[in-house]
Amino acid sequence: MIKPGKMFAEVMNNVFRKPATELYPFVKTEKPDKFRGKLEFYSEKCIGCKLCMKDCPSNAITINKIGEKKFEAIIDLDKCVYCAQCVDTCPKKALAATKEFELAQLVHSKLRVTLNANIEVKKTTEGQA
Amino acid sequence: MIYTLFSILVFPGLLFLSIFGVIAEFIDRRLYARFQNRMGPPWFQPVADFIKLLAKEELIPEEADARMFKILPVFAVAAAVTAFLYIPLWNTASLFSFEGDIIVVLYLLTLPTLTFFLAGWYSTSLYAMIGAVRTLTQLFAYEVPLFMGILSPAILADSWSLEAITRFYGEHPWYALFNILGFAVSVIAIQGKLERIPFDIPEAETEVVGGAFTEYSGKFLALFRMAIDIEMVVCAALLAAVFLPFGLELHPVISFVIFIVKLLVIIFIMSLMRSIFARLRIDQMVNFCWKYLAPAALLQILISFILKGILVR
Amino acid sequence: MGKVMIPIGPQHPALKEPASFNITLDGEKILDMIVKVGYNHRGIEKACEQRTYIQDIYLLERVCGICSHTHSTCFLQAVEEIAALELPKRAHYLRTIVAELERVHSHLLWLGVAGHEVGFDTLLMYSWRDREIVMDILSMLTGNRVNYAMNTVGGVRRDISPDQIKTILPLVDILEERTKYYIQVASEEVTLIERLSKVGTLSHDDALKLGAAGPTARASGRDIDVRRDDPYAAYADLSFKVITDNHNDVLGRTLVRVGELMESYKMIRQLLKNIPEGPIAVKAPRKIQAGEALSRYEAPRGEDVHYVKANGTDRPERVKVRAPTLANVQAVAAMLKNGYLADIPIVVAAIDPCFSCTDRMMVSMKDANSRKENFIDWKTLRQYSIDWYKQNRGVDMSKIKISKRW
Repeated sequence: MIKPGKMFAEVMNNVFRKPATELYPFVKTEKPDKFRGKLEFYSEKCIGCKLCMKDCPSNAITINKIGEKKFEAIIDLDKCVYCAQCVDTCPKKALAATKEFELAQLVHSKLRVTLNANIEVKKTTEGQA
Repeated sequence: MIYTLFSILVFPGLLFLSIFGVIAEFIDRRLYARFQNRMGPPWFQPVADFIKLLAKEELIPEEADARMFKILPVFAVAAAVTAFLYIPLWNTASLFSFEGDIIVVLYLLTLPTLTFFLAGWYSTSLYAMIGAVRTLTQLFAYEVPLFMGILSPAILADSWSLEAITRFYGEHPWYALFNILGFAVSVIAIQGKLERIPFDIPEAETEVVGGAFTEYSGKFLALFRMAIDIEMVVCAALLAAVFLPFGLELHPVISFVIFIVKLLVIIFIMSLMRSIFARLRIDQMVNFCWKYLAPAALLQILISFILKGILVR
Repeated sequence: MGKVMIPIGPQHPALKEPASFNITLDGEKILDMIVKVGYNHRGIEKACEQRTYIQDIYLLERVCGICSHTHSTCFLQAVEEIAALELPKRAHYLRTIVAELERVHSHLLWLGVAGHEVGFDTLLMYSWRDREIVMDILSMLTGNRVNYAMNTVGGVRRDISPDQIKTILPLVDILEERTKYYIQVASEEVTLIERLSKVGTLSHDDALKLGAAGPTARASGRDIDVRRDDPYAAYADLSFKVITDNHNDVLGRTLVRVGELMESYKMIRQLLKNIPEGPIAVKAPRKIQAGEALSRYEAPRGEDVHYVKANGTDRPERVKVRAPTLANVQAVAAMLKNGYLADIPIVVAAIDPCFSCTDRMMVSMKDANSRKENFIDWKTLRQYSIDWYKQNRGVDMSKIKISKRW
């Protein structure tokens, strides 16, 4: 019953096998369809109900009114826990999760992103963060 | 004189050994990774590690004996390199040789282990001290089987000189087959000497952090690691010289290639052992060495004596 | 070398999280041991009271990175009981599928950690490689590899498609085959058995006395399992065995865990084959009516208990989490009695500890090393907080009445 070197055969087999690991930054695996990455914001759909702000577990999202029926979303990528509850909560489907996940930054202020800020009102968010 | 100096410092001495040690470490790590279905480090990883350690700050514990702390890594490297000079490599001639040098080589190979113990002891750290005590405990367990295993071919060859032993087996290569048991015993015991799984008890990181080297950093640690790499090559070369005496009388280049292949085979066996066993506990290790390894080595010696009576007339 | 006191932790390579084991050694033998936890207190229970129920799901999911589904499900079971929500059957099934997949990944992870603790890194690499299969399944079903965010009040958030069921079933077969191999390795490889058997023994009586839970208790012959004894989610519909073992040691714990893996595969197949059609969630109110509930859940590490008290608002009044490690950690000292230094990592790992799950409240315990008396009684503590609020917040709280018991 007891065998020394039980794993010998398995170990030898593995020498001729392709490594199970991947060279990460060069080889990337496909993310699943339901992946919850960085958020996407469709400002034309937003009605400014701010339910997402209410439900966000980490207060990562802020909806600002920047004009008549125009809204922008400010997301703190470092606060966000990527649960995508806001996507579920939004009654108009103005938010969606993307597959983007490589969000590390060297400068902290870059983690605060303003989505859909291309409207005339220019907001400076740097310095606040 | 110049040739001797060149031999000691460059080839096949210090420089060659250091480079080959680094290569051996890479091969060992790469094989270990492939056994585990991993990719393993790139070829320059051991060199990068070495350079990184050289660039790092050295911290010496306040309580430690600073002079001993600094000098011990140098001793370890020096002892390992010196041992190499007495071992015949790709032919039957070693750089220096005298009757009884096999004993000297074995003791020179014990020296690094002793420096590990002293390094741990002089670090005055708890983990280092436990690691040091374990190193010594383990030494008493594997050293006897190792000596008996390596010396048994010498009985058949009727000489205590490595040169004479290799010459003898070079003349009768098939006699080496009788030493298989001794080879097995020595390879296992050398796992203990090099502190590798299943006998890496002194530096079991989950128990005693870094073992005897817990307090070491910077270039001192780099030297210790270099010493272990060199020791691995020296041990492999010793095993090759004593147990695998093939292809010694050919053209030097071919012989050299065969020598390298022999070393790689031994390193392969050692990596394999590292990947298929779990680490033993110190009491189990001592038990194993005295219960199975030492009797096996004794049996090898007995075989050698009987064969000597039959074959060598 | 005489007697030495060696600190394992708060920072130590054997520990994946901070915890402190102060060990008195005589050579390699353990004479005495003091266990201290509490380095990872994050104030989660208090934070729960300040967040809405929906926010709490994601907060409690982060109690533990390995058994995240455990904590959110356990919390939601209590909330749903208070709110008297009747979940659709499909939601129960989906929760159970994720729960069992989580058990599979947790046990495979444990197997690797155990291998690493006894210096068997090859086992670590193999079992973690195979764990990737179940991680892929989880990310396919829920979106992410950890912190699945699968649960919501009144059901689950993501549905499973017939295509996915078709992809999962063969993967489960692969996992089953690999687990069979690990059972063989655990019961045949001699160095592994040497390191695991007769190590960290916990007798049946001690397991009962010290309140061990989960695989730790089952390996000491205690036949307890919430999934069978108090079925929740879809467990009542499933047929499975509760794996117990009489080795009482780390080998027993290993065999229980790999045995449970085999049972989990059986359960996953049953669940996938019998999953009923229907909605995956019911509409839940934001405000939960007043009431309280206690919920039990068999986490991979043992029984997890959540207590929730609601007061009619959208925030809970009190959430109490009792993670399984809290039940098991006291047994470690008993297991290590007369053991060896070399056995500490594997014995500690054998209860599959999760200290951040455990560290709920900082109780200033009497420190063996300090000369100061660290106990604070309730009166002093109350006076201290009253003074603190008066000084720092300008609020006088001394008028607030407290229960007579104190």
